[in-house]
Amino acid sequence: MHATSSRKSPLVWAVHISVVALVALWLFPTVGLFVSSFRTADQIANTGWWNSLFTQERQAPAIRIEGAEQQVDGEFVISGNLFEAGNVTISRWGTSSREPEAYEPGQLVDLGDGERLSVAEDGAFRLSAPVSFGDSRLPRVFTTATRPPEFTLENYRFVLFDPNNREGMAKAFFNTLTVTIPATIIPIVIAAFAAYALAWMRFPGRSLLIAAVVGLLVVPLQLALIPLLKLHNDIGIGKGYLGVWLAHTGFGLPLAIYLLRNYMVGLPRDIIENARVDGATDFQIFVKIILPLSFPALASFAIFQFLWTWNDLLVALVFLIDSTGETTVMTKQIVELLGTRGGNWEILATSAFVSIAVPLVVFFAMQKYLVRGLLAGSVK
Amino acid sequence: MHPALQGLITIIIGVGGCVGYFYFSNQFLDKVLFPARGEHAGRNINRANQIRPWLFLFPALFALGLYLAYPVFATLWLSLTDRDAGGAFVGFANYIQMAREPKFWEAMHNNMLWLVIVPAFSTAFGLLAAQLTDRISWGGIAKSLIFMPMAISFVGAAVIWKLVYDTRPVGQDQIGVLNAVWLSFDGGAMSLLFLKIVPVLLVALFAGLMAFLIYQILRPVLGREKGHGKSHWWAHGLRAIAAIVAAWMIWLSLGVIVSLASATLPYGEPQTWLTIPFWNSIFLMVVLVWIQTGFAMVILSAALRGIPEETIEAAVIDGANPFQIFFKIKVPQIMSTIVVVWTTITIVVLKVFDIVFAMTNGQWETQVLANYMYDKLFRANDWGVGSASAMIIMLLVTPILVWNVYNARKETL
Repeated sequence: MHATSSRKSPLVWAVHISVVALVALWLFPTVGLFVSSFRTADQIANTGWWNSLFTQERQAPAIRIEGAEQQVDGEFVISGNLFEAGNVTISRWGTSSREPEAYEPGQLVDLGDGERLSVAEDGAFRLSAPVSFGDSRLPRVFTTATRPPEFTLENYRFVLFDPNNREGMAKAFFNTLTVTIPATIIPIVIAAFAAYALAWMRFPGRSLLIAAVVGLLVVPLQLALIPLLKLHNDIGIGKGYLGVWLAHTGFGLPLAIYLLRNYMVGLPRDIIENARVDGATDFQIFVKIILPLSFPALASFAIFQFLWTWNDLLVALVFLIDSTGETTVMTKQIVELLGTRGGNWEILATSAFVSIAVPLVVFFAMQKYLVRGLLAGSVK
Repeated sequence: MHPALQGLITIIIGVGGCVGYFYFSNQFLDKVLFPARGEHAGRNINRANQIRPWLFLFPALFALGLYLAYPVFATLWLSLTDRDAGGAFVGFANYIQMAREPKFWEAMHNNMLWLVIVPAFSTAFGLLAAQLTDRISWGGIAKSLIFMPMAISFVGAAVIWKLVYDTRPVGQDQIGVLNAVWLSFDGGAMSLLFLKIVPVLLVALFAGLMAFLIYQILRPVLGREKGHGKSHWWAHGLRAIAAIVAAWMIWLSLGVIVSLASATLPYGEPQTWLTIPFWNSIFLMVVLVWIQTGFAMVILSAALRGIPEETIEAAVIDGANPFQIFFKIKVPQIMSTIVVVWTTITIVVLKVFDIVFAMTNGQWETQVLANYMYDKLFRANDWGVGSASAMIIMLLVTPILVWNVYNARKETL
């Protein structure tokens, strides 16, 4: 195949271009949110995020001149710079909203009553008048300027570290972590033992049990919500971490048993038989031989379960989050923000990225195991 | 107690408890109950080995039974009873009440659309991406970038796509990509090409794919007179249902083509995409297709690489072009994997909740079953109808469940 495709170079180019297009299409939405999380509210509301990557020219909101007045050569002068940040280049400016592009940079303009104003290309202005300005309102300046890309970390500081921000993500982040870790580890232990029994022990009804696990693999957890919530209330767990850990354990078990059993069944028979002959008990075989050899499958399932519990909304809504909202998780917090702060994209984007960041890191670091698990886990 | 501390203690108790349970129960079995010494040593070892598997299995079976098997029956029971009447048996009253609600039929209708469109496009894009990326040197990187949305939560994806679909009033700069692209069309030749001709061709392609599917589905049934193989009546039933759904998709596609071709599009006006009925459901489906394509690609790419080289070489020698090789040699050989991918995505679609919940919450005719169920259970507090809709989801999953179990039995026996 490769030999033929290298000869047909136009086709190869078409493949390269198609893949670039596909990847760009798939990345574009995420990049948009990522870039937006580093922009100020003002920037996001006024221009598309794709503009922020380039130097752009646009009309800025009016800036009122301010500063201390000085007496120079018998004139009263106020000077300073319109912009705090550097690198801004003004192309046109004006003093009225009707004619925001009336003057060129550097032009000396008579504003009446002897007041004269000039604005330089870099935003430096000089306002002069024959009499003191006193308390009178100083003129506003409209500018059309090109500005370089400008990004800020302020959104992340606000969302993660601002103690006055009651919708912050810090608490929800730790709550999510608290849900995730036990809900990932406990099913692995339980499933590993069961998978070993299903793979390497002989007993009546084994294949029936395997079939049952395959069947439970696709049972929608929606069915479990009300009966289990009732059960949790009846035995006194109510809504809380314990309930959500138990629920995630139960819902994660079929996949865990299925993945681990399929992997363990493929381990070399000789090793296990030899150990048996040498007098090892099943418990020893499991702990000393099977568990270490099954590491790839354990890792695969751990990633699945981690991603699933971290990203889960429904189970947390039903089993964890009570009316006080103390135990809210990040997904729930984001849904709330979508409702209350629907237009504040700087907060939404940043919050969403805080919750996406951890799974993305896990994903890129452990992709090998994830793929392996997927290949083993999809029922053939 | 601090939740993190509580979590740590839970891990220790949970893991320690499990390991302790397995260790001590084994010890008890071997040392106390059936000690491997004395006059009955041999018999005792055998007995211990008969019991041991159940020791290993017990925690898992208990959790599975309590958290997955029991709720199926409990939900079935709830769906047949009335909570307000103290749990009295009411027969199918909840189902009848549900069938009278237009919202339920809207959810069913949308779910059927989701069930066909999302798996179809995810699998198609996945196959395309797998085939393309396997042929280039940087395919690995491309794959992991297309695969990446798998790691993103449905809620995160909802935020990402809400920004894409965002709308600003006329006159302001649009910050959503879709509206920005939309406003760049002015009704000229390019608009005609990209907004009429290309979409019509794409929908026609989809309709063609469905027609091909019907052909594939019905071929074994129609060819049976020639007398090879006998199949079960339920297999015929499933085929008939699948064919009807596919025919319905063709009908819908034709409707879309007609409305696309005849519509006068409101050029220059920013659109609030998520409030346009029918199309808003499509925009929500795009999110799930975006997530699931990576999954389809990974599985299908492995299947493509597993195809024996000889079959392809033989086709090349016979002068087949790349398209023929792909459709006539490769696709038939990975058909079983395509079915697996399709059914797996189907299950994900049936459970889809977060995307609709976060983006439209079922408004503007975007309701789906899972969200309808959540509405009933936790907003309206109507456990009867909520459970009934959950049972509908279960009913829709059942054919796949039976199919999977059937195949697994074939493998393990």
